[in-house]
Amino acid sequence: MLDTDFFRRWMTATAAAVSREASRLTDLDAAIGDADHGNNMQRGFTAVTAVLEKESPATPGAVLTLAGRQLISTVGGASGPLYGTLLRRTGKALGEAAEVSTEELAEAFGEGVAAVAQLGGAQAGDKTMLDALLPAVEALSSSLGAARDAARAGAEATVPLQARKGRASYLGERSIGHQDPGATSAALLIEALAETAGPSAGGDA
Amino acid sequence: MSEEPQVGIVLVSHSGPVAEAVVELAKGLAAGGATAPVAAAGGTSAGGLGTSAELISKAARAVDRGAGVALLVDLGSAVLTVKAMLAEGDELPEGARLVDAPFVEGAVAALVTASAGGDLATVEAAATDAFGYRKT
Repeated sequence: MLDTDFFRRWMTATAAAVSREASRLTDLDAAIGDADHGNNMQRGFTAVTAVLEKESPATPGAVLTLAGRQLISTVGGASGPLYGTLLRRTGKALGEAAEVSTEELAEAFGEGVAAVAQLGGAQAGDKTMLDALLPAVEALSSSLGAARDAARAGAEATVPLQARKGRASYLGERSIGHQDPGATSAALLIEALAETAGPSAGGDA
Repeated sequence: MSEEPQVGIVLVSHSGPVAEAVVELAKGLAAGGATAPVAAAGGTSAGGLGTSAELISKAARAVDRGAGVALLVDLGSAVLTVKAMLAEGDELPEGARLVDAPFVEGAVAALVTASAGGDLATVEAAATDAFGYRKT
């Protein structure tokens, strides 16, 4: 079972991964976006870490809901409302439970990903964060390690795609050949989840 | 003049100067005299390009007179941030609505209509009608 502390550590691990990879995310975004994804994500998750320390939410759902709201308030770019909606909707779906199973997390995360798809009006193959998130949701019910592998593979599979959403879509065919920054950061979120669970949950790399 | 409260207008742009300028343009074209309450929420709270939920929330509260608030938006994160805030439920005043309209033309139409005492549905219809004005 995954408790509140697990979810707090997941968010902290995501913040660390986003900080570590910020310049890579920005480089990817410079190729097809407006070159701010690394900075925006770093600002957002730094704020998430700070608010979790200050407010000490009591349940897994409350951790994610608070983190999501913080992302919407602080990121400044489209990834704010998108990641914010993902975490907040997942948190709401977890409800008031003090501990959740991997299966319950998989189901709630599925609701969060569906909310992202609805908010952005995007679907699989549009070269967005969904290309990492959708395969991760599929794999999550088997293990967190499988979800990590699926998210990574999904992010890498965005390279040959043509963007159909966001600023990158204005580039048309010139968006082909670059990995999507949103799918890349989404894979970091799932990698941090598996890393937090550790080897026993299939989380070793 | 009617004593009914007027609809408030919030203009959410990726850029602070764009939002401010469109507020001035709409006020200038809306009438010689008092207009309905209108506020800009452009850029990030640090003054960069992007969207700030905090500025949007503040602007919406500032123009809320209890008759609803019409939010007009421009690009990308401005659209998604307002949608996400509306989905949350308690971050915007009661009766706040995202209006699907061209930003500049819709802002002028919305402010003229709100200043004339139109209700939220009428303001929304006027702003959305701006899509129908073809330029070629």
